[in-house]
Amino acid sequence: MSDRTRSTTEAPESETPDTGPETSLPFVKETFEGSQELASRHDTSPEELEREVGSVLRLPESHGVDVSDIDVERPDDETMIINMGPQHPSTHGVLRLMMELDGETVLRTKPIIGYLHTGMEKTAEELTYQQGSTNVTRMDYLSPLNNELVFSLATEMLLGIELPPRAVWIRMLLSELQRVSSHLMWLATNGMDVGSTTMMIFGFRERELVLGFFEKTTGLRMNHNFIRPGGTAADLPDGWEDDVEVILDNVTSRLADYDALLTGQPIFNERMEGIGSLTADEAIALSATGPILRSTGVAWDLRRTMPYLAYDEVDFDVIIGTYGDNFDRYAIRINEIRESVRILWQVLDKMPPGDYRVQDKKVTPPPRARIDESMEALIHHFKIFTEGFKVPAGEVYVAIESPRGELGCYLVSDGSSKPYRMHIRAPSFVNLQSLPVMMHGGLVADAVATISSVDPVMGEVDR
Amino acid sequence: MTPDTAPVELSLPDVPRSTSVDGHDLLFPQRDRYHDVVAAHRDAGYEMLADLTAVDYLSHPGRQLPDGVAPERFELVVMLLSLASGEALHVRRVRIRVQVPEDGAEVPSLWDLYRGAEAMEREAYDMYGITFTGHPDLTRILMPDDWEGHPLRKDFGVGRVPVQFKEAPGPR
Amino acid sequence: MGLEDLQHNFLTGRVEDLVKWARRNSVWPVTFGLACCAIEMMSVGAADFDISRFGMEVFRGSPRQADLMIVAGRVSQKMAPVLRQVYDQMMEPKWVISMGVCASTGGMFNNYAIVQGVDQVVPVDVYAPGCPPSPEMLLHAILTLHEKIRTGEITRRRSSTSQGPEELAGWVPERPDAVRLGTPR
Repeated sequence: MSDRTRSTTEAPESETPDTGPETSLPFVKETFEGSQELASRHDTSPEELEREVGSVLRLPESHGVDVSDIDVERPDDETMIINMGPQHPSTHGVLRLMMELDGETVLRTKPIIGYLHTGMEKTAEELTYQQGSTNVTRMDYLSPLNNELVFSLATEMLLGIELPPRAVWIRMLLSELQRVSSHLMWLATNGMDVGSTTMMIFGFRERELVLGFFEKTTGLRMNHNFIRPGGTAADLPDGWEDDVEVILDNVTSRLADYDALLTGQPIFNERMEGIGSLTADEAIALSATGPILRSTGVAWDLRRTMPYLAYDEVDFDVIIGTYGDNFDRYAIRINEIRESVRILWQVLDKMPPGDYRVQDKKVTPPPRARIDESMEALIHHFKIFTEGFKVPAGEVYVAIESPRGELGCYLVSDGSSKPYRMHIRAPSFVNLQSLPVMMHGGLVADAVATISSVDPVMGEVDR
Repeated sequence: MTPDTAPVELSLPDVPRSTSVDGHDLLFPQRDRYHDVVAAHRDAGYEMLADLTAVDYLSHPGRQLPDGVAPERFELVVMLLSLASGEALHVRRVRIRVQVPEDGAEVPSLWDLYRGAEAMEREAYDMYGITFTGHPDLTRILMPDDWEGHPLRKDFGVGRVPVQFKEAPGPR
Repeated sequence: MGLEDLQHNFLTGRVEDLVKWARRNSVWPVTFGLACCAIEMMSVGAADFDISRFGMEVFRGSPRQADLMIVAGRVSQKMAPVLRQVYDQMMEPKWVISMGVCASTGGMFNNYAIVQGVDQVVPVDVYAPGCPPSPEMLLHAILTLHEKIRTGEITRRRSSTSQGPEELAGWVPERPDAVRLGTPR
């Protein structure tokens, strides 16, 4: 195992940690993840080898996988296994990547995740449905309102309630603003990963406008807990139309700046075109969704094909790419910002008046002022916030289009006030499987750019 | 599976089915027919595996199941999605629920049909202890490699530390 | 021409004060963003909340080149040994800001997967609560750290030199004096 590079020099069986002299804590173990790591070629089974090399398409049943058939040219002792992460300068969170390199060419890749596992699905079984949004919102922390939205939609489907139109349109407004802010964040971090620190500063500057609006509406810049089963927590503030118009005007004009900075620039093109390409068959086989799938040419956007909220009443285009490379994904995301701006202009016109949450006393807490007047309101408030409202037994799966792909919530209820099982189908978790395929045969210097174009958010990968 | 081959007609008359409140088709094949049922769906036009997860029904044994389906402790839930051939099929999303008993919690892996099942099955193994035969690399994915126990099982406690003003709660 | 003619041209000070001034005006953080708090930490590094005015915008990728570790986000069981290793690789003097409630105490995730407080793994100097703390709160924490550097000891003196497993029963975390210092001047 001499070609395996590990962070300490001690044998794995040893229990003594390699820590500093004055603060050795015996219960801290080494950073060695055992069988989850990439092993040298002769320690790896043929099937796993096939997967790490990035061979994806279905093989006929008669075809057995032979190690010598795998398309790698170098014998075992001339390749090098290196480890990247989980702490690394790429801004995409605690993803650990082990790569086998032949010189600078990447042969095999294995992502190792779990460094941010929070036990959120277990926590969800301990929280009521009213509290559920606080938990779910911290999964995909770049678009928290989308997480809350999918959880609320699943709960409402089990409850069998119908939302007033204003609640639906407020949710759509927030969801599209969230998409704008998430893609701006992606532009910023992708620019930073590729080397353009200006893009980082630009992206965050735009994002601050959107976050300022969120703070005004929901009370928080991130992890809002605003979209709850039954509607939203509060109505939009007065003057929200002007705020949104300011955001849309600014974003539109500055997108032109980003185009000037990045799109036609030769260095950016060299770094992104042709790198990390994926075909449509591979993407579908790997269950990739979102910009990755659309970059291969498949026009699949849940807002268009299986519309939720009021997406069938607004006009927008689904952006697709041709080559499935990093540049296509960049182009898709920057154009999706434009499409979201287009949707938002329509939402501004079409926002209906009315209630921002369903008027079902068992689900929605009463307004605070009524608690002083009515005993019944007080009891409802008490029951909703301590015990929680009961949801009929059953199971549902609801999926929405988050900026990263298909975000789904599988909810099982046993009739009590807490979910029996809540599973979030995180798009980044599934999209990470396309990373070995994208990186095979590329250079190690492109690894960071490729990871960045997959846009993983480790909070939802590990949950 | 290319979009221009005509989808094969899907007829599985002896598999119990129902519809769920979200409009998806539900199927409840037996464990030994599960792989064939999924393969039949793949040939019929369900190109993408949307999700694969499991549920532990230890504290909710009395759930609703159609006739002919004997409940077991674990249930493996597979969600299939049709992209291109959606219009030709009766419904775009299908949910397949397989009952998995507690001892001998083994299921065939879907890796040979859908490459995207690899990480999802590893997560189901890590969180529930269900093993998938034919999976290329069935190791833990979210927990550390030497973790003992399967966290999402109902008999695995939350692991809550008692804090001031709020003691450790009792079992659910 | 002797020293008597140079009355207004000298600046004197204590070496200790100069060293502390240098240290607190160029604290370089190491990139240790884990979860949602990392996004707010990046916002602090960006234009609107600019930590470049404190000389801190260079987030060093290598812990050998960094002074400060801002643990931004929830630390899972799998990540704890990595955290410790990165901390050990930093050179003295080094400081730790525990950003967010998840890093300070485990936050809302009181379960099997999250280390209940990063001070179980590394000694913490300043705790910044919030979920996530807004960038202004992180800046307050950073300024509190600067204050601590300004008024604190130039070398960190530890009460006991080595702690074997038998002495671990009485081990208490270092008490941070950020709470005593209050609002920085």
